[in-house]
Amino acid sequence: MTVSPDNAMTTTDGKAQDHIVKLEDIHLSFGQTQVLKGVNLTVNKGDAVSIIGPSGSGKSTLLRCINALAMPQRGRITVNGTRVDQLTKESERIELRKRVGIVFQQYNLFPHLTVLDNIVLPPTKILGVNRAAAEKLARELLDKVRLSDKANSYPGQLSGGQQQRVAIARALAMKPELVLFDEVTSALDPETVGEVLQVIRDLVRDGMTSILVTHEMRFAEEISDTVVFTENGLIVDHGSPEQIFHTSTNPRIRQFVGGLGARGTVRDGEGI
Amino acid sequence: MTATTMTSGPKKQHLTRSLAFVALPLVILIWALTDLSLGRTLVEWIPYLASGFMMNILISLLAMTFGTVIGAIFGILELAPYRLVRYPVVAYVQIFRNAPHLVLIFATTYIFPFEIVIAGNYLPFPDWVKAVIGLAIPASAYVAEITRGAIQSIPTTQWEAAQGLGFSRWQALRYIILPQCVRRSLPPWMNLFSSITMATALASLVGVHELLHAATDASTAVRRIDFTIIAYIVVMAAFFALCYPISRLTRRLERRFNAA
Ligand SMILES: Nc1ncnc2c1ncn2[C@@H]1O[C@H](COP(=O)(O)OP(=O)(O)O)[C@@H](O)[C@H]1O
Ligand SMILES: [Mg+2]
Repeated sequence: MTVSPDNAMTTTDGKAQDHIVKLEDIHLSFGQTQVLKGVNLTVNKGDAVSIIGPSGSGKSTLLRCINALAMPQRGRITVNGTRVDQLTKESERIELRKRVGIVFQQYNLFPHLTVLDNIVLPPTKILGVNRAAAEKLARELLDKVRLSDKANSYPGQLSGGQQQRVAIARALAMKPELVLFDEVTSALDPETVGEVLQVIRDLVRDGMTSILVTHEMRFAEEISDTVVFTENGLIVDHGSPEQIFHTSTNPRIRQFVGGLGARGTVRDGEGI
Repeated sequence: MTATTMTSGPKKQHLTRSLAFVALPLVILIWALTDLSLGRTLVEWIPYLASGFMMNILISLLAMTFGTVIGAIFGILELAPYRLVRYPVVAYVQIFRNAPHLVLIFATTYIFPFEIVIAGNYLPFPDWVKAVIGLAIPASAYVAEITRGAIQSIPTTQWEAAQGLGFSRWQALRYIILPQCVRRSLPPWMNLFSSITMATALASLVGVHELLHAATDASTAVRRIDFTIIAYIVVMAAFFALCYPISRLTRRLERRFNAA
């Protein structure tokens, strides 16, 4: 078991030093809106954790807390030994973000750069890696996401699925300790969803710690070590994919999972 | 101050444009050939007029260079998170963007001394340099607005992606936001270029020896009404030859960016 939503101190198996991410009693509000109301989550090294739940339940905000794009008002966040909630200086947060990759729903590639340069720019400018080494790594990563032939294309010339695979390669070029995926297939045409999921599947198989917000239920079921169900800023339940998708007695989860229909996918019309 | 807009179809439009481009030189040529004494006088004065025109080009290039560098910095500062930085810059931009160019040229001409003292040395401060400053000021204000607008037109998701990767705000601006701004700023920047180039003629009013001033000198010296007319046609043709290609290129770029 990798997740303990009710009490972060509890681990049913897995050793304490295996924790790569630990959230304890996270509270976060935007003005009057309480978005996270006491979230606890523990992720073990090398695991894939899927976060599912209705739109507006705080999934994106939760992910953004992990790499200090959002700062909670209360609670502890530990990422591989770093107390994220105590990072008051922007320079400290930047140090953390170098170690935690994030991929967004809208890919957000840099449109003025070629695919290759999109992947080369971050390690050269942020980590000071030399151009040749960064380019070598970039080509390996492009190979990995099966886009070697697109190195010199511009993002605008690629399909959504291809752009998203470049965005994943760009995140990986920073050699992150873990990667956060925020609904990375939600903006894609159905026919390109599969190729992006395949890339994530490979990553998870290679042992990359991954936290995914997703509406691809079949995929979540297939690759996750743990599935977390969020609602109204709380983790309502967690467990193995089997427990969440098939044997849960929680009526809200049954309703949410059941509402997916035959395709195993829910699109809740969430905007960007 | 862009060139005229045409409303006819693209092919006809192209023809009209080419015609406009050759029309003025053609008028000058035909007239000079039909009246050879006029033609000879004109040829005599052409080097003098050309030296004047070099001054217009010099003033325009220098004003645009300083205006662009200062304006780009001010455009960035207009978005600075510190009020102490932002407010003075915004005030500068608003004041000088709305000041007539001629007023600024008069102001710089009569406010600055004719020579300046640097470390005990008296350096001349010629009027044409004052004209450069007088035009660089509004140019910088316009470039600041162009830059600010371009930065703000970049989607916030670009900042977010940069931030998520570990870029600092300054690095994100430097490597991701500003390079995208260059493309978007190019058409308005070229419009400004052509507008500043035309405004260099205003420098004649404060005695700078530029093309318009040279044409006035020439017509005073020759004292022929037909020469006066053809001299000013030459002035128009010269400005047209410089500004028209700029505005054509601008329009082409705008169309390409709109399509992209
Ligand atoms: N920067 C923000 N400012 C104000 N409210 C926000 C901001 N980001 C998210 N919210 C609000 O927080 C709630 C949760 O958002 P989000 O974490 O994006 O949920 P989810 O990803 O589960 O759909 C929503 O009601 C949203 O409107
Ligand atoms: Mg979301």
